[in-house]
Amino acid sequence: MPGYRRNNMNRLENLYRQIIMDHYKNPRNKGLLDDARYRKEHIKNPSCGDDVTIQTYCEDGVVKDIRHEGTGCSICCSSASVLSELLKDRPIEEALTISDNYTKMIANQPYDDTIEFEDALAYQGVRNFPARTKCATIAWKAFESTVKEVDDDE
Amino acid sequence: MDLLDVKKDFPLFDHNDIVYLDTAATALTPKNVVNALCAYYNESSANVHRGVYKLSHEATNRYNETRQAVADFIGADFDEIVFTRGASSALNLVAFGYGLANLQEGDEIVVSELEHHSNFLPWQQVAKKTGAKLVYVPLSETGRIEVEAFESVVNANTKIVALTHVSNVMGYITPIREITKIAHKHGAVVSVDAAQSAPHIAIDVREIDCDFLAFSSHKMLGPKGLGVLYGKKKRLYEMEPVEYGGDMVETAGKEGSTWQAPPIRFETGTPPIDGVIAFSEALKYLKTLGFDAIAKHEKRLKDYVLKAFSKIEGVTVYNPTSDTGMLTFNLESVHPHDVVTVLDEDNIAVRAGHHCAQPLMQWLNVPATLRASFYIYNTLEDCDRLIESVKKASRFFRDAGL
Repeated sequence: MPGYRRNNMNRLENLYRQIIMDHYKNPRNKGLLDDARYRKEHIKNPSCGDDVTIQTYCEDGVVKDIRHEGTGCSICCSSASVLSELLKDRPIEEALTISDNYTKMIANQPYDDTIEFEDALAYQGVRNFPARTKCATIAWKAFESTVKEVDDDE
Repeated sequence: MDLLDVKKDFPLFDHNDIVYLDTAATALTPKNVVNALCAYYNESSANVHRGVYKLSHEATNRYNETRQAVADFIGADFDEIVFTRGASSALNLVAFGYGLANLQEGDEIVVSELEHHSNFLPWQQVAKKTGAKLVYVPLSETGRIEVEAFESVVNANTKIVALTHVSNVMGYITPIREITKIAHKHGAVVSVDAAQSAPHIAIDVREIDCDFLAFSSHKMLGPKGLGVLYGKKKRLYEMEPVEYGGDMVETAGKEGSTWQAPPIRFETGTPPIDGVIAFSEALKYLKTLGFDAIAKHEKRLKDYVLKAFSKIEGVTVYNPTSDTGMLTFNLESVHPHDVVTVLDEDNIAVRAGHHCAQPLMQWLNVPATLRASFYIYNTLEDCDRLIESVKKASRFFRDAGL
């Protein structure tokens, strides 16, 4: 039993990495802007109440700025902060590739492990908690549709 | 006071070391119900109301025996019991079968913020279609529906009163008998969502005198995918079918058709015969235990946990005075999803989310909560494991800086 307990705490510590808790407590780029150049996507998970809005500003095929706002668990809210740092100043295509591979990593599917995920690598632990996959990906889904929308419209 | 000792009757525990505290979402199934499901498929699988052959006749008999058993269980008559897909489906049937046919602009429908989405969204839709108005009973400080508050919103325009019997988040019992009496004085029809009461307290529809009452089999030890709508005979005749097809039709003609009498009028298609037949076993099981013993058992467990929670730093219980075995709580500055993962690691199943009651979450001013619901198969050991795990979560997230 103590062995099991220990193991079980390791799994939890592995899920709630310091980086994640830091982004949760001190979110970067939080708060939406009233700026017509930004595209907005709001996603709500009706079964749990996670509620995320991502706002991006793209120029010349590059993601210039990402803002976020919402309520939800630590995994969900922190991941919005993490992506806002990671994907900023990247070409849209590159940002989408990272996002796609991040989603695969979380879902325990094959992904390109040469990608520098930086702080987002901390979410690897989510692979062991399939019930939390949605929490870790909802902000990324919202991000994807803000930049894809730009593609469609322009 | 003696606690019930029935864990052994639930095969799920033979396969899982789990503390199951999510009965308000769905109850576990005792062996006698599982056996009855198997027996139907193994021994007497045939359709009902159709075949003239022996096996179908036998299935029809057993199906009708359950209808009678359900009627007896709540003090109704045989032909006042309609089988549906669940309580949600039954409540939709009241809204779209009765409401749509009998409401008009200016009429008022009384609901509350305590309602499960299933007893609120159908009426919101019907209000939109008919021009009727939704009116909310103001909740008391603790979140209860009280008679005086109900009296303040009911008037001559009130045509429907659709209220929960027991809140699926707070576990409060609504004084539904008094409310029904007042509603009837104003000429309103009363529809009761009994999904969370039928598993926990004895119901007598004649005593309540409500016009409609709905509940689900799966929340009271029965099979999934089956619900019951009780309707007073007169009301069932005032209701339009929502689904048309086989069985519910009397004569189908090219120029027009006529319908069978209720309850068959509202049961088109092959029903969940297996579930209906096995549901009678669930009712038998509950009757044998008795609702007094069930209520005492739940209360004992709930009080035990409540006491321990009051000593854990940061735990807020939203319904310390709940009338059934249900505790809704949060850990300060930790989202319920994060707490539930720690509990899940200890094989404890509790619900985290908004419990299909978003208006109530707004009332409580929280995005979501945790909910532990206790039932007959839970033990004091289950309670200890829950308490320890919540303590652990509290420590863990405090250490993480929350």
